[in-house]
Amino acid sequence: MSNKMHVKLNVNGEDHEFLAEPRELLIYALREKLNLTGPHVGCETSHCGACTVTMNGKSVKSCTVFVAQADGAEITTIEGLGSPGALHVLQEAFKEHHGLQCGFCTPGMITRAAKLLEENPNPTEAEVRFGIAGNICRCTGYQNIVKSILAAATELNAAKEAAQ
Amino acid sequence: MKDDITREERVAGLKGMGCSRKRVEDARFTQGKGNYVDDIKLPGMLHGDFVRSPYAHARIKSINIDAAMALPGVVAVLTAKDLEPLGLHWMPTLAGDKQMVLADGKVLFQGQEVAFVVASDRYVAADAVELVEVDYEELEVLVDPFKSLQSDVVLREDLVAEDGSIPNGAHGPRKHPNHIFTWEVGEEEATNQVIDNAEVVATEEMYYHRTHPCPLETCGSVASMDKVNGKLTLWGTFQAPHVVRTVASILSGIEEHNIRVVSPDIGGGFGNKVGVYPGYVCSIVASIVTGVPVKWVEDRMENLMSTAFARDYWMKGKISATKEGKITGLHCHVTADHGAFDACADPTKFPAGFMNICTGSYDIPVAYLGVDGVYTNKAPGGVSYRCSFRVTEAVYFIERMIEVLAIELNMDPAKLRSINFIKKEQFPYTAALGWEYDSGDYQTAWDKALAAVDYTGLRAEQAQRVEDFKAGKTRKVMGIGLSFFTEIVGAGPVKNCDILGMGMFDSCEIRIHPTGSAVARLGTISQGQGHATTFAQILATEIGLPADSITIEEGDTDTAPYGLGTYGSRSTPVAGAATAMAGRKIRAKAQMIAAYLLEVHDDDVEFDVDRFVVKGAPERFKTMKDIAYAAYHQAIPGLEPGLEAVSYYDPPNMTYPFGAYVCVMDIDVDTGVPEIRRFYALDDCGTRINPMVIEGQIHGGLTEALAVALGQEIAYDDMGNVKTGTLMDFFLPTAWEVPNYETDFTVTPSPHHPIGAKGVGESPHVGGVPCFSNAVQDAFRPFGNRHTNMPHDHWRIWQTANSLGMHG
Amino acid sequence: MIPAAFEYYRPKDMAGVIALLQEHGDDARVVAGGHSLIPMMKLRMAEVPHLIDLQGIDGLGGITIKDGAVRIGAMTTQHEIITSQALADAAPIMKEAALQIADPQVRYMGTVGGNVANGDPGNDMPGLMQCLDAQFHLTGPDGDRAVAARDFYEAAYMTERADDEVLTAVTFATPVGGHAYEKQKRKIGDYATAAAAVQISKAGGKVATASIAMTNLSDTPIWSQAAGAALLGTDCGEAANKAAVAAMLDDIDPTEDNRGPVAFKRHAAGIVLGRAIARAWSRA
Repeated sequence: MSNKMHVKLNVNGEDHEFLAEPRELLIYALREKLNLTGPHVGCETSHCGACTVTMNGKSVKSCTVFVAQADGAEITTIEGLGSPGALHVLQEAFKEHHGLQCGFCTPGMITRAAKLLEENPNPTEAEVRFGIAGNICRCTGYQNIVKSILAAATELNAAKEAAQ
Repeated sequence: MKDDITREERVAGLKGMGCSRKRVEDARFTQGKGNYVDDIKLPGMLHGDFVRSPYAHARIKSINIDAAMALPGVVAVLTAKDLEPLGLHWMPTLAGDKQMVLADGKVLFQGQEVAFVVASDRYVAADAVELVEVDYEELEVLVDPFKSLQSDVVLREDLVAEDGSIPNGAHGPRKHPNHIFTWEVGEEEATNQVIDNAEVVATEEMYYHRTHPCPLETCGSVASMDKVNGKLTLWGTFQAPHVVRTVASILSGIEEHNIRVVSPDIGGGFGNKVGVYPGYVCSIVASIVTGVPVKWVEDRMENLMSTAFARDYWMKGKISATKEGKITGLHCHVTADHGAFDACADPTKFPAGFMNICTGSYDIPVAYLGVDGVYTNKAPGGVSYRCSFRVTEAVYFIERMIEVLAIELNMDPAKLRSINFIKKEQFPYTAALGWEYDSGDYQTAWDKALAAVDYTGLRAEQAQRVEDFKAGKTRKVMGIGLSFFTEIVGAGPVKNCDILGMGMFDSCEIRIHPTGSAVARLGTISQGQGHATTFAQILATEIGLPADSITIEEGDTDTAPYGLGTYGSRSTPVAGAATAMAGRKIRAKAQMIAAYLLEVHDDDVEFDVDRFVVKGAPERFKTMKDIAYAAYHQAIPGLEPGLEAVSYYDPPNMTYPFGAYVCVMDIDVDTGVPEIRRFYALDDCGTRINPMVIEGQIHGGLTEALAVALGQEIAYDDMGNVKTGTLMDFFLPTAWEVPNYETDFTVTPSPHHPIGAKGVGESPHVGGVPCFSNAVQDAFRPFGNRHTNMPHDHWRIWQTANSLGMHG
Repeated sequence: MIPAAFEYYRPKDMAGVIALLQEHGDDARVVAGGHSLIPMMKLRMAEVPHLIDLQGIDGLGGITIKDGAVRIGAMTTQHEIITSQALADAAPIMKEAALQIADPQVRYMGTVGGNVANGDPGNDMPGLMQCLDAQFHLTGPDGDRAVAARDFYEAAYMTERADDEVLTAVTFATPVGGHAYEKQKRKIGDYATAAAAVQISKAGGKVATASIAMTNLSDTPIWSQAAGAALLGTDCGEAANKAAVAAMLDDIDPTEDNRGPVAFKRHAAGIVLGRAIARAWSRA
């Protein structure tokens, strides 16, 4: 069956339109059609979070979203969070606090953390741990990830205060 | 020439060994710009997918590919029949056995590769897999190695002669068609004699369950056969790219210079990516057949069901001691379940890896180890999951035996360890099972650990808790988990370590650029360890150029020097040593250049941080930057231009990192839920290259240890069905289940390693598993527990409590 | 893990949904967040030739609380349940339970409707709905009807809902008294080893009303009338708690899986219920 449909996505602020089978998974559409290979495929059953992107303001596991369901959605991937000259505070914090090793979970982890801090700018350590519990890391034992996120929160808040 | 910065500033500016240099890898990873195998997209690339066996043991009566081939977009469906003319329907394993690439007449485990579908995209490939019709005749399934050794059912008919006799295997005589090898080390008779006449003997049987390294990125490859130039390029999740190139050449007949193997960024390995898998071979064959690139990436379920597992060791121990607790002998027998093919990744002469480090950190006069390898209807593997070859098994074994002996002696297990440690002055120490431990100071580390956690106070608290429990004041018991481990890493000396005949040296090649920057290439490959950061630090200290000016490259066999790859914590001990040695060659030439430039004799200059100075006249110097430029652009009599060096390092010995861990755990006896209150880890990995990276490795290794000890397993039912095929059931802890760890260290350099480093990546796993397990077991010790098997998941802990009558 | 191909529909109104369901019978399924269905489709354990996405339908979302009643639209996500202050005030057990479902990302997508409608015994909301004596509102070709949550589940994945009906909302009376949702699981993202939903009200120091439902301990959620009855009129002390647990244990029928053998699950069920009762009573 190749009943392809037109799919429109706004990804990282850019509009994209392409043909896809409805069953294609959002993660593969992003990775293979739009060449956004930041988000990864880890478990395929919505447990590991390596494929996390922000879709219409929600953190979602893009391995468990059909591209047809995403038609019309606004999506942010790791590629949309910062740029080489202007990294997102979380990207800096993960580098600074050794919040990553093999890097495979990192895009999903940072994308999720960004949403977490948007919703809860002053999380406790427990809230960070609970808030990233949908993202599995096999390398770091999470300790430095948690540290990175808490440091980023502090930094973001300081920046906000300074701006006021 | 005047210098306006201090020596300390010069040292700091290099970002050399000992500093917590930030990782150079992180810029790309944090921005989603890593380049992993599945990120590779080549023009015209096809996708491969496997038809896999639903049965654990069955004869294949027929395979019908017609419907699959008829599906638009399907380019080929390969079966064993197609591979046979190429001699590729079977392949050699790393353990000297052979393994079916595609099922040849029968299947031997659930998830085994039966046919390889090649199609225009992953969706069509998946549909075609459903359309391949395979007619199976089910056979009796053997999942228990002890039954397998008794059974009339022959799993590997290819390993039985026509007259019914059993030919020798790669490791000598076999005593049953389902038997793989017997491996014996030490003196059994002498050991038995000591044990039989001992004052105190403790015996225990323990099962180290089957689990899986489960890196977050699964295994995969992209093969591209360029028929015009006759060149094959293979990208893949390879922890040992050069080994893959050599094996691919031997298998395919393509000359090695026409094969380029590339390990791009690897999303974690932990041992899972050491082996050679049917998917790699099939992607190569498919690319040769179709003439276009073919990608194969397994899904998570395939990863857990078919690529290399770890452990599955049934261990039986006897340990003897005097009444005062001095250990006199150790006997260990292992029944090793290797699954359907012996695909362990161990050095050839060690079919049970370094299990013979099972005398641990203790001075045990006489010991014996016997291991029997057995075939069953389970997936092949037996890799070292975040440890050197079978060292986690060995350390778990001895650390449990110590605890059981402590019970037998009615002695505190911390004290029992102290009584038996190999003493500082005994190093280098030759253990009863043959290894020569390079260096150690165990008692100092142990005392530091016990003091840090207030061990005496913890024991008092635990005693009070026992009273409270018995009085009905609490339903939580408290466990204090101890472990003291000695790792054996850095395989290894070519005289006794090879894989498929390939000696386990490693290599580094350095090229200094005229303006004082450099590139160094190594035979290893990082899977998250941060080699690009830490190897540059080694080099910075050795050659006096800033780490930030040194690029480290690995993983491309066209450019990197030959090496055996990254696993078994061997990168720093072997390739790290090669890096230092190559650096010293650079420095030796630099010294001659400096002397020439300074117009003094070679011996009259000495190296100082980032320069050569004239002895006794520090104001006269040439920096390494100056020297690099001169090396290329100044005619120096008697010297070739250029500044390059290569070192192939064959280590004289293994390295022996060690550590002392303590875990404090509270366990709800009604739900079986454990809570980790505290985890203290002291590691001694010799010279410390980057403390930040070391600490990160320890956090990660401990978390993998937690998972293995507390629930992570590959479980089979009696029919050989995998019960834990997704991350719903295969336990990978989240941030919520993981504690914060306290890390600490002592430094006992390796005397034979050029920079004294020992390797650290796997220590926390090796020491962590027994520590977590001992914590659970210790919690129940006051109530009569002696030993229960891992994984200590909720229901098994509950069962322990239940069997001890703790539920009223 | 690639699902079989399917036709995709995103109708604009309920009539369109019903028409598609009528046309395709059990070849069609509706999808809300998809976090139960999509993994099953990817594993090819659920075959869905026609997939009807409900996201284009207005009026299926939202939480309404008025006149002592709570209405939660089928497309309301677990995340919305957690972040609704009004719901947390009116029926705090909803938030307490929702926080124990899956993980943050799944809760952004997973809906109440999907959770209750598909009949997975592992889902938490069905037992919770039974505890709250909720009504499930179904729309079909013959119009609307309501089915009590306590009558909805027949067996695993088998419910009262006809193939051509859509679950549009759940409603329940604002609960009174104290609540607790106690869940034992192996890790974040797991289904319950055992879970208990308890709602208790107090009058004159005694239990006035009590409702108890259990999750993942049978092939359907189990509302244990007898367990609730055992608490009525008592001081909710140790004896009453034990009696309720004993009554509950007569009603459940767990099966062995990777979470443990039956004996353990029964023990765990007793423990979580005992704790849930104590906590609910402390809040009553």
